[in-house]
Amino acid sequence: MHIGIDVGGTNTDAVLMSGTTVLAGVKRSTSPDVTSGIVDAIQALADQHAFAPGQISAVMIGTTHFINALVEARRLAPTAALRLGLPATRALPPLVDWPDRLREAISARSYLAHGGYEFDGRPISPLDPDELRAHAADMAAHGIRSVAISAVFSPVNHDLEEQAAAIVGEVLGPDVAISLSHEIGRIGLLERESATIINAALRELAREIVDGLTAAVRARGITAPIFLSQNDGTLMDEEYVRRYPVATFASGPTNSMRGAAATSGYATCAVVDVGGTTSDIGLLVGGFPRETTTEVTVAGIRTNFRMPDVLSIGIGGGSVVDTQTAEVGPTSVGYRLTTEALVFGGSTLTATDIAVAAGRAQIGDPSLVAHLDPAFVQRVLDRIAERVAQAVDRMRTSPEPIAVVAVGGGSILLPDELPGLGPVVRPENYAVANAIGASIAQVGGEVDKVLAIAPGRRTETLDEVRQEAIDKAVAAGAVPSSVQVVEFDEVPIPYLPGDATRVRVKAVGDLQMGQVPA
Amino acid sequence: MSWTLTAADLPDLARGATLLGTGGGGDPTIGSLLVRQALGDRSLTILDPDELADDLVVIPTAQMGAPTVMLEKIPAGTEPTLALRTLEAHLGRVAQATMPIECGGINSMIPLLVAAETGLPVVDADGMGRAFPELSMETFAVYGVHGSPLALAGERGETVVIDTGDDDRQMEWLARGVTIRLGGVAHIAEYAMSGAQVRATAVPRTLSMALALGRAIRLARHAKRSPFEAIAQTLSTTLYPHVRELFAGKVTDVQRRTRDGFAKGWAQISPPDGVGQALEVEFQNENLVARLGTDVLAVVPDLICVVDAESAEPITTERLRYGQRVRVLGISTPELMRTPAALAAFGPAAFGLDVPFVPVETRVVGAPAAVG
Repeated sequence: MHIGIDVGGTNTDAVLMSGTTVLAGVKRSTSPDVTSGIVDAIQALADQHAFAPGQISAVMIGTTHFINALVEARRLAPTAALRLGLPATRALPPLVDWPDRLREAISARSYLAHGGYEFDGRPISPLDPDELRAHAADMAAHGIRSVAISAVFSPVNHDLEEQAAAIVGEVLGPDVAISLSHEIGRIGLLERESATIINAALRELAREIVDGLTAAVRARGITAPIFLSQNDGTLMDEEYVRRYPVATFASGPTNSMRGAAATSGYATCAVVDVGGTTSDIGLLVGGFPRETTTEVTVAGIRTNFRMPDVLSIGIGGGSVVDTQTAEVGPTSVGYRLTTEALVFGGSTLTATDIAVAAGRAQIGDPSLVAHLDPAFVQRVLDRIAERVAQAVDRMRTSPEPIAVVAVGGGSILLPDELPGLGPVVRPENYAVANAIGASIAQVGGEVDKVLAIAPGRRTETLDEVRQEAIDKAVAAGAVPSSVQVVEFDEVPIPYLPGDATRVRVKAVGDLQMGQVPA
Repeated sequence: MSWTLTAADLPDLARGATLLGTGGGGDPTIGSLLVRQALGDRSLTILDPDELADDLVVIPTAQMGAPTVMLEKIPAGTEPTLALRTLEAHLGRVAQATMPIECGGINSMIPLLVAAETGLPVVDADGMGRAFPELSMETFAVYGVHGSPLALAGERGETVVIDTGDDDRQMEWLARGVTIRLGGVAHIAEYAMSGAQVRATAVPRTLSMALALGRAIRLARHAKRSPFEAIAQTLSTTLYPHVRELFAGKVTDVQRRTRDGFAKGWAQISPPDGVGQALEVEFQNENLVARLGTDVLAVVPDLICVVDAESAEPITTERLRYGQRVRVLGISTPELMRTPAALAAFGPAAFGLDVPFVPVETRVVGAPAAVG
């Protein structure tokens, strides 16, 4: 048996799975400290379907904490961005295209220093240790607690990033985390650098969250390995999350779409995931989330992450309803739903209260919303249906009919039929689809190596590398027939002889159930 | 008619210029950030070529090198104006306007950066009508204005003047060598000419066309109309009236090398269902030829543009990636780019391709090729 947990901003969902069978599924409020919500959820699973801690072979967790922290611009560490590239790159310093709000939220300091490489591996200019020490001293004076270091052409040669990290680290001491751009991103300085700065700003929160998640699971006596979902639906261990929290960024939508596919049986459909604060709309094509093909903007920052193409609108179960206009959201009571919503004895009219008043859900005390005017309730529900339908329409790529699958606890807000789109499919276990998505993990095999490609041998050489990645995924526990190459990247290294090329391949497949990823 | 451009126009201009970059020309996003930083909330004056005084001194400015380098090594920002000043000093003349040599890609932006820094107006025209990999591939040169003398500047403040008389190919060759020594990217001023010469040799109103294309794509998406129809409609009233869809599918392989100062390689685009022949697009910075087996569907100087299959967002060769769903568009070039003299400078043979030039609108006709 294994456990899947999805920690959202409002709810913590958990499922107990045996292979692909759902043995138990529960939904609990996310606690401000994260931990107690998970402890509650695991206890509730045990109440529904008894299990001994030793029977659990793995715990898979998806969390939106990191992306929420960025979107809400809170709980971010004071962060410095240090770029090695002078005298080049001066025209566009680090953070140049960041929104002011986020720059302020991370108390951002931006530094330019000498260093970096030309495309062919020649240094642009030598590192200047005194310059770096002076920058580091300034960071310390400004209370910087996390540093992102980028260097021009570090994907080709990362020596200078590492040397600079050593020098800066000496001045700042071991308590300041350092993130290096070549470990985070690919060619494309500004996007790689921004992703690295985001990662740096999340490092403290990552420590807190991972400690909290681990403590919560261990508190139940479960000693099985804990994994977190990455953007591409594969798993990473807790140690990796502490270093690279940015890699979990888009796991929420990925899990919800994969969960919707698994529970509904539709391989091609629009997925509407109604949570506590937002509705996220994405497209599933042939079983895989449709990804953005061009740049991805996260909280107003351009990055080069691979992410599912998702449209978020501010409608969820915790959304505050305006008693005058009948408009819903974007403000949400979030995890305070169980104290602030009318049905729980609170004083805020939320979308959940509307659903209960309309008889669509049995939550809290229905008598507390009995006074609501039925005409007003209907107006609110019509408005929700209209806005969700518009959003689905924006996401679909042709006027042809497409199945709409609704998941997430808030999907009780949706009607049985959406205007212009037809019936809404509500799979069994729809409320915990994200947790199911997290639990039907994928495992990956990655190869990253520098190869000399002999003339006329490119196709064979690259095929060999692809096969190596596929073999690694299978060895890690993937069902062989499900393995696909999802990423392939070839960076020529012109300063090395013999057409040297850095090749990175990632293959992923479904985890063979009953097996634990290696 | 002359017009003014503000920072708010830059995203649309960048999108249109990427499309006209036909896979190359360098990503104008970085260029537009450079202009935005330099411009602030001021505006730039864009001059219509028909309204230029005959004796106006126009000195075009640009960047040369490999687009992949530009994704990493961002300029110091001072280079293009330094190149302009260096050429002015060499010529003993002072520029009264600058102009793009290339309307596709980042070179739509470099003259705007110079204009933002110097206060000069920018002429709404260029010498390529798209993007090309070499400095000698200019309608300016084809119709009698030489590129030399040329001034280059690097981020360390280095400058080089290259004077090769009327030999534009030698100018290109020497400048390319200097660019490699400078790290793969250099900023240049060249093709100094008069207002009368602009009218005689330039492809007119390509900046405004790039802006109109970028805007049409954005507005179509916003209104849920087909951006492909918007592209066709916008181009129908320009010197580029024909648009054909050459292929739709998924990127299944990309090979690229930075060699001799260029990004060279090819991309393979396979049919969506994986069955049938794949399209192969060969590039040298820009897309040169699109082949389906032995069939040539489009070839330089016509435009071959790889765009996102749904949003029509143009994708440059350096951002092409395995798995992307794309459409490949062929766009006809103006007649002044298809004359025998023009084809000798930048037709298939100039790229070592052993195929004749056949206009895309005669090679690909009717359904299923027509867009929209």
